[in-house]
Parts: sequence; structure tokens; C-alpha cells
Amino acid sequence: MNQNITEKILAYASHNKEVHPGDYIIADVDWVMFHDSTGPLVIKGFESIGKKIFNKNKLVTFFDHFYPAPNIDAAKLHKISRDFIQREEIIHHHTDGVCHQILAEKYVSPGDIVVGADSHTCTQGALGAFTTGLGSTDIAGILATGKCWFKVPNTIKINVLGETKKGVFAKDVILKIASKIGSEGADYSSIEFVGEYIKNATVSDRLTLCNMAVEMGAKNGIIEPDEKTLKFTGREGKIFKSDQNASYEKNIELEVSELSPQISCPHSVDNVKTIEEVEGIPINQAFIGTCTNGRLTDLEITAKILKGKKVNKNVRLIVIPASITVYLEAFNQGILQTILSAGGIVSYPSCGPCIGRHNGVLDEGEVCLSTQNRNFAGRMGSPKSEIYLGSPASVAAASIVGKITDPRKFI
Amino acid sequence: MRVWKFGDNINTDLITPGRYNITIDEKRLGQIAFIEFRPEFSLNIEKGDIIVAGKNFGCGSSREHAPISLKAAGVQAVFAESFARIFYRNCINIGLHVFICNNTHKVDDGDKIQVDLINGIILDETKNIEIQGDPLPTFIQKIVSSGGLIDFLRGDGYV
Repeated sequence: MNQNITEKILAYASHNKEVHPGDYIIADVDWVMFHDSTGPLVIKGFESIGKKIFNKNKLVTFFDHFYPAPNIDAAKLHKISRDFIQREEIIHHHTDGVCHQILAEKYVSPGDIVVGADSHTCTQGALGAFTTGLGSTDIAGILATGKCWFKVPNTIKINVLGETKKGVFAKDVILKIASKIGSEGADYSSIEFVGEYIKNATVSDRLTLCNMAVEMGAKNGIIEPDEKTLKFTGREGKIFKSDQNASYEKNIELEVSELSPQISCPHSVDNVKTIEEVEGIPINQAFIGTCTNGRLTDLEITAKILKGKKVNKNVRLIVIPASITVYLEAFNQGILQTILSAGGIVSYPSCGPCIGRHNGVLDEGEVCLSTQNRNFAGRMGSPKSEIYLGSPASVAAASIVGKITDPRKFI
Repeated sequence: MRVWKFGDNINTDLITPGRYNITIDEKRLGQIAFIEFRPEFSLNIEKGDIIVAGKNFGCGSSREHAPISLKAAGVQAVFAESFARIFYRNCINIGLHVFICNNTHKVDDGDKIQVDLINGIILDETKNIEIQGDPLPTFIQKIVSSGGLIDFLRGDGYV
């Protein structure tokens, strides 16, 4: 056999012995997801098919993109989804955090096929599952059939070697990778992360890496499951691993021992510079959270940097834990108290200002340094605002100084 | 009918910014296509116009609002050097014609055109040339010829 993990999962789910890049297959899915932003179009499409849900227990729904509703349009969309969820008696409905975080915490097991009406559904590939984002009509079809067609992707293997120095995090590693591959460099492909750095990485870090696979155009990001994965999920799942002689479209190596903190600059994720190149750029807003970096380790480093300090008077620091589990743990550990005492704003788990609908919208000329995954023009508000992306440590440090700053000075 | 020309990496936030797409009303979505990036687009587009773009058209979010807004605005087809995969699937699923095409640089903004949707050909009347897009893979052709994914599934799809 010479199959990689993505091919093995797709072969299993499509009842094939093996599959090859370019094959069209029809796979059974394990989890289907939609949220408040994409859900109403799923519901509209599903109802026009006129069939029943294939298995209500496999649908997980979320209100996270604009919850609680910031305006009447949003409230109307919530009503459409809420009526559907009540009518269909959907049991896995969440208003307690960001969809990708909660899917990882509570649902996805290694070997699963997970499809969600959100591009960052690639996040849970960190657990050794095949997880990918789709549009609403695709999800509507899957709700009716339990199946989805896929073109088996080519795979790019990224071998990450070495160990990052203090002050350099998984976000810096994935921004460096995005700059190497480019925002369309992995279009239609799978990205498989391997190597010493990945083996040593926490599950939280692995989720950050896979979350941004789509920023290079990838269909999925994936990491082989190990003991850490199983300890995190507490769910056994189906363990697939890549064969020694599995074939890859491309092999990329990255040594991270000498990597400095990385910052993605407006208005494209692959426009990445080192912290030294951008230090000193003034910011108006600092945002720590989202499916990329709203986990406990992200809030821990934030609190460590902010302890005994004050957020700069020209900056609003917004911190949003990615789920209520993260929120409560951060609360119990005194992390949120540290952030609040420093002058930060802590909001209820949701996507927050990442999609520019509430909780910190930017005006013309304003600059935000954020831990989110996307910095497209106008994403957080005015098309004439600017978004920089960095690690939670980089964002926390900048919130104190009021300018983009090397976080290593604070660690 | 004319060409609306775009460059590389046109993302879904440029097509339908998050702040505007809090609706599933197709008419409203049609009015917000490129609302900030190219405000004259939704004001001046005429039914049957086409978009011709560079690489990675539709990258970013999975929001189907983006292709719906283009279709509702009157776009009959998008020709691009390459597409982001979710956007490409979404277009096929909602019945918006998409063609991968290596010669998009030969066409300019405002060119008068006719389109052969079956064979994926732009007839550029301004320049008096023909531009050929790649044919759709057979599997995808089945979905398109059913009229989109919903109609495909109403028929024999996946059974």
C-alpha cells in the first residue's frame, strides 16, 4: 500500500480499497455542520429537495457568527434557523462558542469525515480526520443523503523541523508556511503536516495550523492522530496513518528553530513579514480570539504578558474565548481577571469582530492586529481599514505598547 | 453584453462583504455585489454580462451569498484562470456557469461579447477573437446539466 492518511480516510468512507488523486468518489459523512450565517441558505436548499434529514444525530448547528443578534437582519436569520432546529428536533445545537472549536472539543474523532458550511471546517483535521468546508447547497444535499462527492485531492506534505524559540508560536509557523505556499498554492490540494515540530505540538497548536490550511486554498489540513489526540478527544475513532511510501504531489520542509514572530500584512494572508520588519506600526484595536487562536493556551500567554500592565490608552483590546469551556477555565484560573484588570474587554464566546458584524468594527483609517486567520480588505469594517495578523503574544504585546512590537520583549 | 474584468485573488469579502450579506434575499444580494470594491458594478451590470478574472477567483469564505449575488445581479458566467474550490463548487451547485480559462488576459474590461455556455467559449466582438474555456469534468457536467445540485438530487443523484 502507498496511501496517505487523507486517501485512506476517503477510501474507507467511500467503500473503496484505495483511492487516487483525481478520482471522483461519493463518501459517507460522520458529521454535518452549519451555523447562523450559512444555515438559512442550507435550510432553504434542504427544504426544496423535499426529503428527510438522513440522521438528525449527525447534524451539529451553531449560533456563533453574530450571536446574540446585533441587528434585525441577523435576528431574522436566527429565527429561520431556530424554527428549523425546533421543528426538526435537532439535539446538537450550540450557542456556547465557535463551531470549529466545539466540533473539536465535543464531536470529531480521528478518521471521521466532517463537512461544514464554513471554510474553516478544515480546523479539525488536526485530530486525524478529513474535515472540509463547503457551501450551503452542498450541505443541504448532504443533509438529505448523508453523502458527499469529492474529487480526491493531491497532497502537499509539509515537514516542520526543529523547535521554536521562546515567544514564537504555532501561529508564526503557519504564517511562515502561508507565505511560502501562497494564498492559492494549495488550491484543491490536501496539506499534511508532519515532522518533529508537529509531533511535539499540543493539540491546541495543531488546531491553529490546520485552521489556516484553507488560507492557502487547501481542501483539508491533516495531522496523524497520536496519544495526544486521543487524550484530547477522549473518543477512539478510526486511526489511519500514512504509509511510509505514500506519494505526495510536493514535499516542503521548514526549519523553525530560528523563526522570529511573523506578521501577515494587509490585505492578503500570504503577505507575511517578520516582526522586525513591521515593528512600530501604530494600532487602534487588538483582537485575541476566533477559531484560530481562542483556546486556553492563547489566553494563558495573553494574561502572562498583560499581568501587572495596562492596555495602551489608544488601543481597545478585545479578548473572546472560543468556547464556554475555554471561558470558564480561563475564568477559574484568573486569566480573565488579569485581562480585565489590564483594561481589556472580554466578550462572550463567538466569532466576534473577525467578520466585521459586531463587537469591534473598524472605521476608515483604523488598524487592527488580530489573531484571526484572514485580513482581507473590509473584513472587519471599513474597506479603508487595515488588518494585520499575528500570534496572541504579538497581539497582547502590541496592545500594551500601542504599536506592533516584538513579543519576545515581554516573555 | 460586456466583460467585467477582475484581477487575481478576488475574495468573497470583496464580492459580498460580511456586513452586507446578512440576508438570503436574492434581490438584496444582487444589489450588494462588489458594493465597496467596485460600486459601479451592481449599478451598471446588465443581464448576460460576464466576469473575466485572473487566478484564485472566489477565495476565502464558503459563503454561498457570493455566487448568488453575482447570479442575481445578472452575471451569466465567470471565466477565470483558476477558482478557489468552495466557490467553484458553489457556482456549480446554484447553476452559475464557471469556466477555467488560460487566456483571460486576452479580454479587456468593457469588451462586447457573446457567450457559448455549452462549449465554454467567449466570442469577443470588440477584438473579433474567440476564447475557449476548459470543458467541465464529466461528473460535474452531470450536476450542471441537471440544473444544479438540488435538481440533481431530486433525480437520481447519489442513489
